[in-house]
Amino acid sequence: MELDALDRAIINQMQGGFPLCANPYAEVAQQLGTSENELLARIRRLLGDKVLTRFGPMYHAERLGGGLSLAAMKIPAADFERVAGIVNAMPEVAHNYARDHALNMWFVLATETPQGQQDALDRIARETGYPVYDMPKIREYFVELKLCA
Amino acid sequence: MDAVDRAIILATQEGLPLVAQPYHAVAERVGITPGEVMERLGAMLKSGIIRRIGAVPNHYALGYRANGMTVWDVPDDRVDELGERVGKLDFVSHCYHRPRHLPDWPYNFFAMVHGHDRAEVERKALQIATLLGDADRSHEILYSTRILKKSGLRIFG
Repeated sequence: MELDALDRAIINQMQGGFPLCANPYAEVAQQLGTSENELLARIRRLLGDKVLTRFGPMYHAERLGGGLSLAAMKIPAADFERVAGIVNAMPEVAHNYARDHALNMWFVLATETPQGQQDALDRIARETGYPVYDMPKIREYFVELKLCA
Repeated sequence: MDAVDRAIILATQEGLPLVAQPYHAVAERVGITPGEVMERLGAMLKSGIIRRIGAVPNHYALGYRANGMTVWDVPDDRVDELGERVGKLDFVSHCYHRPRHLPDWPYNFFAMVHGHDRAEVERKALQIATLLGDADRSHEILYSTRILKKSGLRIFG
């Protein structure tokens, strides 16, 4: 979809810091020089057209007691679709990307508990027949949000 | 975190209601006052259970079509200091210290870079390389060629 100046301002403004007050959309609308109704309609449209994938609180999985990891596998091209089917079918797999490298499948595993991670990794290795390279983060560095529309 | 926090998380993990008074709507679902919803969300923001309240843009829709995972072999005793500095670059969306898997995978530092095309990602990776200096023992850029699955995190429920 085509984005106009107000769409871009909304996307840039709303990546963080949404106010905690009774009428938060009215407050943001005022900062953007538009009306509350217009802002709500624009957000609905941006979500509907998938320009925004989500709007709301972003929860931190590990601080909620869950487990989160990045893992990679090295899959021969002829077997790639079969393995992707097995990996994608697991509810613990939140994202899965093909990447152009010998390690050509990269996925994020989110589990309700940290212990659940190893079970999920073992199951993927067993069901696919390939080793899984587990790369849980050792540390996350401070990152600001700054994708500019 | 208690049962009320969990109920608030369940009521908002799909998103905040798009109505004039969203916290009132959440309060009604959870069965507490709007004031308590705002207070608890504020406390979860402060403790880091909530990273932020806001919108997540789709990179592709904004024209960021090249998604490069830049991976670096950096001395372990320098990765924290350098990671903090790379994280402050305005084009890095996530960066992490992760374990190596020798000999197949020598890289211990990951920085995600989004660009309008691969040339832009490569220019940005060069800026990271310049910042790292001789701590950059080797690096690669892994581009995503296909999204196989993207369902987002579902923590509860």
